[in-house]
Amino acid sequence: MIAELGHFALILALMASLAQAVAPLIGAQMRWADWMRVGEPAAGLAFVLTLASFAALTTAFVTSDFSVALVASNSHSAKPMLYKVSGVWGNHEGSLLLWVLILTLYGALIAGLGGNLPQALKARTLAVQGAIGAAFLAFLLFTSNPFLRLPNPPLDGNDLNPLLQDPGLAFHPPFLYLGYVGLSTAFSFAVAALIEGRVDAAWARWVRPWALAAWMFLTVGIALGSYWAYYELGWGGWWFWDPVENASFMPWLAAAALLHCAIVVEKRDTLKSWTILLAIIGFSLSLLGTFIVRSGLLTSVHAFASDPTRGVFILAILVVAVGGSLALFAWRAPKLSPGGVFAMSSRESFLVANNLLLSVACAVVLLGTMMPLIREAWDGGRISVGAPFFDLAFTPFMVALAVVLPVGAMIPWKRGKIGRTLRRLWPAAALAFAVAALVWALQTGRSALAPVGIALAIWIIGGAVIELGARVGRGGLGRLARLPRADWGKAMAHCGLGLTIFGIAALSAWESEAIRALRPGATVETGGYAFRFDSVAPLAGPNYSAERGTFTVFKGDAEIGVLSPEKRFFPVQRTTTSEAAIDSGLLRDLYVVLGDRQEADPSAYAVRIYVKPFANWIWIGALVMALGGLMSLTDRRYRVGAAARRAPSAAPVAAE
Amino acid sequence: MAMTRKKRRMILIGIGAAFLASASLLVGVGMRDSIVFFLSPTEITERAPGPDQRLRVGGLVEEGSVAPMDGGGVRFAVSDGATVQVVEFAGILPDLFAEGQGVIAEGRMRDGLFVASEVLAKHDEKYMPREVEAALKEQGVYRMPSEDGDGRAVAEPGTGG
Repeated sequence: MIAELGHFALILALMASLAQAVAPLIGAQMRWADWMRVGEPAAGLAFVLTLASFAALTTAFVTSDFSVALVASNSHSAKPMLYKVSGVWGNHEGSLLLWVLILTLYGALIAGLGGNLPQALKARTLAVQGAIGAAFLAFLLFTSNPFLRLPNPPLDGNDLNPLLQDPGLAFHPPFLYLGYVGLSTAFSFAVAALIEGRVDAAWARWVRPWALAAWMFLTVGIALGSYWAYYELGWGGWWFWDPVENASFMPWLAAAALLHCAIVVEKRDTLKSWTILLAIIGFSLSLLGTFIVRSGLLTSVHAFASDPTRGVFILAILVVAVGGSLALFAWRAPKLSPGGVFAMSSRESFLVANNLLLSVACAVVLLGTMMPLIREAWDGGRISVGAPFFDLAFTPFMVALAVVLPVGAMIPWKRGKIGRTLRRLWPAAALAFAVAALVWALQTGRSALAPVGIALAIWIIGGAVIELGARVGRGGLGRLARLPRADWGKAMAHCGLGLTIFGIAALSAWESEAIRALRPGATVETGGYAFRFDSVAPLAGPNYSAERGTFTVFKGDAEIGVLSPEKRFFPVQRTTTSEAAIDSGLLRDLYVVLGDRQEADPSAYAVRIYVKPFANWIWIGALVMALGGLMSLTDRRYRVGAAARRAPSAAPVAAE
Repeated sequence: MAMTRKKRRMILIGIGAAFLASASLLVGVGMRDSIVFFLSPTEITERAPGPDQRLRVGGLVEEGSVAPMDGGGVRFAVSDGATVQVVEFAGILPDLFAEGQGVIAEGRMRDGLFVASEVLAKHDEKYMPREVEAALKEQGVYRMPSEDGDGRAVAEPGTGG
């Protein structure tokens, strides 16, 4: 009964979304205020109905109702409760329902928080948001109904893929979707502005918090996914350039660019068409990502199902949304009024450089991701594009971005002197060079990766600190505390990027590994640590059985600790997973994986041991970036109600 | 001094074009040097790739072909149903590597032997790497995985490795 109610609520949500898509749009065109007002209750209703449907599916999972096909094939009565709940979105249908739930949530938020938006702009934005919602609800209902019943329910379910039975599943997809789908708001605002034919500083101030929120969630979601892969997949990698990772990374790059150029629109009333275009591209990349994940076109760790009808349906949504919005852009963008002029050495120019670098990097990732598809269509050749390609073609643009970042963050608006800004930044540059030289000398004979990465990190973080100092001037600590939150947010986000760059460079340059067949009692040395393989013992879990290895780690003569990696066998899915044992620290992670018993020597096990210096800095940096976004988001200027009252020129010029 | 809009636009377009040009250069070089071709054993026999080319070969591990080599490492045969390619691997085989199961090896050809630097095995009972599936279908020996055969829950460690 509950499943049927959920299904019914989903159908009603589709109706509400259709009303939300059509009525406000007509109202805005005809200037009928009562029609425009339909958008708000419709958006709220669509969200409540989708939420009810989601609750129904969650109930089916929690109560292990195996007469629902989705529950039967993805759950099991012996599964821990956390995974029964997170298992709701650990499959194609459920994750899509979560996608739609978040989409309607954003629609309801625009309706609820956008109190001072001009009525026509709000109506059109809600209409676009409703149209996207309707398309995806239709997709869900017609190709991926999560509430299908089984005529003969099994006694127990098929269980969730053990790789997904991890707390990571509880957090990674919701955050990722909040980011991914959050870009729909910027898209809706952009399309609404194009229909209206007007983009001004007020528009940028309305759209920027939404883009910022989406970017922030996306940052957290990607970082969580990366950390999850790091500890769960059991070979110590944290980024694989897997198509699906790229699918979330491309919108992140576009959103980062969008954030920065929306500042220019807000402060200087210029670069409007470009900002609109980025808003469209950002969400288009999200849709492309959804298409890649859902169609199973590209081999990936994330693909749930390869069902051609689903792929074709999403492709249709993609073509209509992207094609339609780009056509609208081509038609309307030339009519947008051109903005003010600025000199080559100005904040604006540096933000343009930021945007060019981010977009070109994004294009490189897109090309690398799609190349296997293009090549196969071209001559049937099957290729894989992996880390070597991206290291070569993507990294240089990130290095360039890191080099210009501190200068761009400090140089004045409209007209500045690069030389003068550089003079203020010299302590950061000097420190960066000095430390890089020191590192270079200490690690003789190794790659230049670590010195360069560390120099860039110090340059960025030092630049952010100097900028904060310059803000404060002689005002002292009291002034520092009174700085606008947006200034703090900017400094934090930039510092976070520096931390991540440092982590990536240090980890890639200095990690060491030992992959051996070991008998209990043997000792392996790597990365300055000695790992003694003590024993292997059986262990019983709730829905798996395991072998647990015990390793004692020494540094010199001192015992550091004991690591206990597990190898788990899940009988229902007949699958084995490796649970790595990680001794995590700020300076290094010690990472041990217990592999299979060796056929050639039954008393020996395959053992993988990694020493990973500064690994955690990668994710700490990402979290600091996201916190910076959050800080910025709480700035008074972006609070509800602040946007309409303030004239564009009244904003403090150097703040962002 | 602020420049005229036209001049500013020209400079902007110039910088943008420079970025794009360097990106295409890097992509071009990357596509030449750092992509890896996937070939089935039959295609390897047909095309006889040289020792310079990094390759992936995929198929099913031939039953009874896995044998340890003298001095460490392991040798096994990968089959697409029509042709068999012998693979040598000096490292530790991944978990879930098993006879009769799908596998992808990455490495180079040397005197008719495929010397693998990396071996990727599927990560659960239902998964078949897409390339392997295609290679088997080409030879007409592909069977749907035994159970519900929906190929869901795909996971392959080292896809990007």
